[in-house]
Amino acid sequence: MPIPIPMPMPQNRSNPFEPFRDPAAAAALIAKIRGSWDGPPVRIMEVCGTHTMAIARHGLREPLQGVAKLISGPGCPVCVTPDGYIDAAIALAEAPGVTIATFGDMVRVPGTRASLERARAGGADVRIVYSPLDAVTLASADPAREVVFLGVGFETTAPTVAGSIITAQARGIANYSVLPSLRTIPGAMALLAADPDVKIDAFLCPANVSAIIGTDAYRPLVEVCGLPCVVAGFEPLDILSSVLMILRQISARTARVENEYSRVATPAGNRKAQALMADVFEPCDADWRGLGVLPGSGLGIASKYASFDAGRKFGVAVLSTPERPGCRCGEVLKGMIDPPECPLFGNACTPESPVGACMVSTEGACAAARRFGIGA
Amino acid sequence: MSDEVILLAHGEGGKRSRELVEKTIAARFANPLLAPLFDSALLGEQAGEIAFTTDGYVVTPHFFPGGDIGRLAVCGTVNDLAVCGARPVGLSCAFILEEGLPLVSLERVLDSMQAAAREAGVAIVTGDTKVVERGKGDGIFVTTSGVGVIRNGWRPRPETVRPGDRVVLTGTMGDHHLAVLIARNNLAIAADIRSDAAPLNGLLLPAVDRFGGAIRVMRDATRGGVGVTINELAHAGGVRIVLEESRLPVSQTVSAVCEILGFDPLFLANEGKALLIVDGSAANDLVSLLAGHEFGRDAAIVGEVADGPAGVLLRTRVGGLRAIDYPAGDALPRIC
Repeated sequence: MPIPIPMPMPQNRSNPFEPFRDPAAAAALIAKIRGSWDGPPVRIMEVCGTHTMAIARHGLREPLQGVAKLISGPGCPVCVTPDGYIDAAIALAEAPGVTIATFGDMVRVPGTRASLERARAGGADVRIVYSPLDAVTLASADPAREVVFLGVGFETTAPTVAGSIITAQARGIANYSVLPSLRTIPGAMALLAADPDVKIDAFLCPANVSAIIGTDAYRPLVEVCGLPCVVAGFEPLDILSSVLMILRQISARTARVENEYSRVATPAGNRKAQALMADVFEPCDADWRGLGVLPGSGLGIASKYASFDAGRKFGVAVLSTPERPGCRCGEVLKGMIDPPECPLFGNACTPESPVGACMVSTEGACAAARRFGIGA
Repeated sequence: MSDEVILLAHGEGGKRSRELVEKTIAARFANPLLAPLFDSALLGEQAGEIAFTTDGYVVTPHFFPGGDIGRLAVCGTVNDLAVCGARPVGLSCAFILEEGLPLVSLERVLDSMQAAAREAGVAIVTGDTKVVERGKGDGIFVTTSGVGVIRNGWRPRPETVRPGDRVVLTGTMGDHHLAVLIARNNLAIAADIRSDAAPLNGLLLPAVDRFGGAIRVMRDATRGGVGVTINELAHAGGVRIVLEESRLPVSQTVSAVCEILGFDPLFLANEGKALLIVDGSAANDLVSLLAGHEFGRDAAIVGEVADGPAGVLLRTRVGGLRAIDYPAGDALPRIC
């Protein structure tokens, strides 16, 4: 008999998100949005996969047509992880005595020659975990094996990865390490905003990332690029409210940080998580699949924790690999084209057999467009 | 309580086989068509087109809130006939039993099958039993087949579906899927969710009698749920169907559990719900008729057929519009 898994259930057994999906409130917001702007469509980029999914799942592009164009930027950490990282992870997985621990959505991502799923079928020890701390537990339970956690993510994941390294150090678990592929959002947003190819008018800032880094983290970005930044929750009313806030800023010709998600995100953010990250990581250049190397947009493991860095420990390098021929993910991630404009979209490149970054994970711009898109 | 178990000898054609078939199985299903235990059941002459269907059932666990593998096996086959407009005339059932299955489990399944058959007004008229070695089965597998007779010349005509037609769903989505999932994984969810397994002939056939060809086509929304079934209907008819999220019936509990587990109720299996596409002018009357039956209480018009390329769109509760496509290999466990 399996162990019962306790599940939190709301007291009244109703869906706790219903208030954020109220049809009348949504209709009122949509009417306000449409009434507040008569210029050319305002181009708003979201940089969080959960926003991408919420916009697609609730079909929010259609009612905003002609007023606001919602563009999916590089918001999914799985999507922007380069092929070379997957190759390095597979090389480690195939080394004797090594166990790879990873979040589930990484196992199907194709590298240049295979995926971790294939490597596992070929005998590699690849385990799916729900938290980096589970990987530490794996290491402590089997000291004869090296456990390598695939540290992929943005600022939401980074503190838990840092916590796992601190925990392993405190408990003297030497057979645990992390292959880092961690990225920071505001730096990447600044580079995108400065790119002459990228034509956007505002950013819809992520909910969870902002809860960690704080909404003040976007202030330097606003000062440099002069684009409104609104931190938005993940529910449809959150997103619609945020679009309205952006349109009002643009109408008033201002650009500032606004926080729609004030029920969770604060100006200063989660200081404990920030301190953990500052202790364990140091900024580094990061290679974004589809975008290339963005200076200073990554988090590497600081020298004092070098023994927990799988790259240094095993001498594994993440090699840069060129995008595949015909792939236009870079242009999709920059909002220069819509997913169906790529010639590979839905033909050579599908969710079952992805070619480019944006089709790789369910939260990618192309995967969402493929699944929920309504065509022209 | 008996601690007897199924032995290989129960399938070897000897005395034990005969006892099992006669005393345990046939005695429960007792009816005049089965009684002679001929090699075929003789169903008599029938007036109307014959419908014939079959389905295998491998669900684990065998028993779950609101049903069991036996009730599923009877209702599933009755419903496959009903959505073709056919009155069930006789069912067959073939068991593959695993050595070591407690006899009481088999008896419980048989009692449930007989109860469901009586509910549907049909008899189980022929069958077969095999026993496999321990480890080569999952306790009990059931395959049922059914013969039915179509009345009044009605038949499914997806090609007659046209813009302006309405889509009617006979009740809430996802109850069966979650009931099985919660029972299977022993999830400690404080949710009272019961399978909707039910025979739908008593609900659907009177609707066919009354509305005839105004009902273009009917389908039971089993594996893949309403989302997959409605796609199949749209592509079979070559039409665009637009569903209204706010009109799709889902119980509050199912909705909340789906939110926790990350499921979309559109793609959860049902065992007692049907989708009907009906002429727009008959839709309201059809819903009134369905809603008067215990298995159609929550029946609703959930969408309509529109102009446009074949496929399914969803008008979301917040006024958005998006596609409902076949799921891309999401690993939802088997539930029927």
